[in-house]
Amino acid sequence: MNFKKQFKDGLLTQNPVLVQLLGMCSTMAITTTLFNGIGMGVAVTFILICSNVVISLLRKVIPSKIRIAAYIVVIAGFVTMVDLLMQAFLPALSESLGIFIPLIVVNCIILGRAEAFASKNSVAASAVDGICQGIGYTVVLIVMCVVREFLGSGTFGGGLLGPEGAGIRILPEQFPAMMMILPVGGFLTLGVLIAVVQYFLAKDKKGADET
Amino acid sequence: MKLLSIAIGAILVNNFILSQFLGICPFMGVSKKMDTAVGMGVAVTFVMGVASAVTYAVNLLLIRLGLDYMQTVAYILVIAALVQFIEMFLQKVVPALYSALGIYLPLITTNCAVLGVALQNTQNGYTFIQSVVYGVTGGLGFTLAIILFASVRERLAANSDCPKCFEGFPLALISAGLIALAFMGFQGLRIG
Repeated sequence: MNFKKQFKDGLLTQNPVLVQLLGMCSTMAITTTLFNGIGMGVAVTFILICSNVVISLLRKVIPSKIRIAAYIVVIAGFVTMVDLLMQAFLPALSESLGIFIPLIVVNCIILGRAEAFASKNSVAASAVDGICQGIGYTVVLIVMCVVREFLGSGTFGGGLLGPEGAGIRILPEQFPAMMMILPVGGFLTLGVLIAVVQYFLAKDKKGADET
Repeated sequence: MKLLSIAIGAILVNNFILSQFLGICPFMGVSKKMDTAVGMGVAVTFVMGVASAVTYAVNLLLIRLGLDYMQTVAYILVIAALVQFIEMFLQKVVPALYSALGIYLPLITTNCAVLGVALQNTQNGYTFIQSVVYGVTGGLGFTLAIILFASVRERLAANSDCPKCFEGFPLALISAGLIALAFMGFQGLRIG
């Protein structure tokens, strides 16, 4: 088990959002304030770890023909748990994430990791994979949130810091471009972010080839 | 009148892809060519319509049994079974359509637009007719967006002159962003 490599894969070289291009919908939809991003990231990481462990445990029992349906049931179970817990203990977060909590069921990251990793590897390795991929996803969410919140509403840490959770104001009120926290901003920010990562990965590879 | 406003809302104002971010994966994945984009759009519209009708009935059943917290699990199972069933039905009855849609059908199970429409119908408390209308028009909105996007991408592929790191996916995302910007113009549209 190579923890360091798995961690690097999850965070950068095999990042679920930026490189594998999975789970786009939630990434773009909810990254409007920092609180949303962290909440969603933690929820997905938790579900990813749990479902990876359970699927890895069951990998010899599930017949391969109905495996996708079986995975979905396992994932949907955990998603329901998280949804209900969040409604009970974090109603504000649950309200602002709305429909995207139940939609974690069809988030391709979780099903993708179940199919590509947990169904072939040991329980411990799958748990680590869940943690690493989850962290990779969360980091992307946080970066997107910070960029979009800064450009779109001129604040930092919305929903979490500052007076009444409105965030700490960095730009004066008249400067921010509303557009960035609307859907358009999601597409643009993610596009630029992926381009940046591709640029550095390509440079990295070139450097490795030359030496 | 209510139905008309639901329809306009689902196609233009709250377009599933461009303003609600539901169903981005197929939107990005199968929009490289026009004909596959049309195929996907038709398949999604069909499944969304049928899924809206079926999940409406399932929701009534769940409420009667007092199991409404099982909504997400029940819906996704119903949708998965439905997609499988439609696949088998088309294979038997309309083989031409089946071979045209072929690979896209199984993909629809994990399309968040389908589960999304089911959940939204329940949340908004739509009646049966309203649910079906919302499902079908939502699908039409999806088709409209994916067709527009596919034609943009076909042209981009033909003559793109952009920085290397933007090639492929980032460029697609940014063009989708511009389409979304154009669709924001419908934001002020109100009917009824």
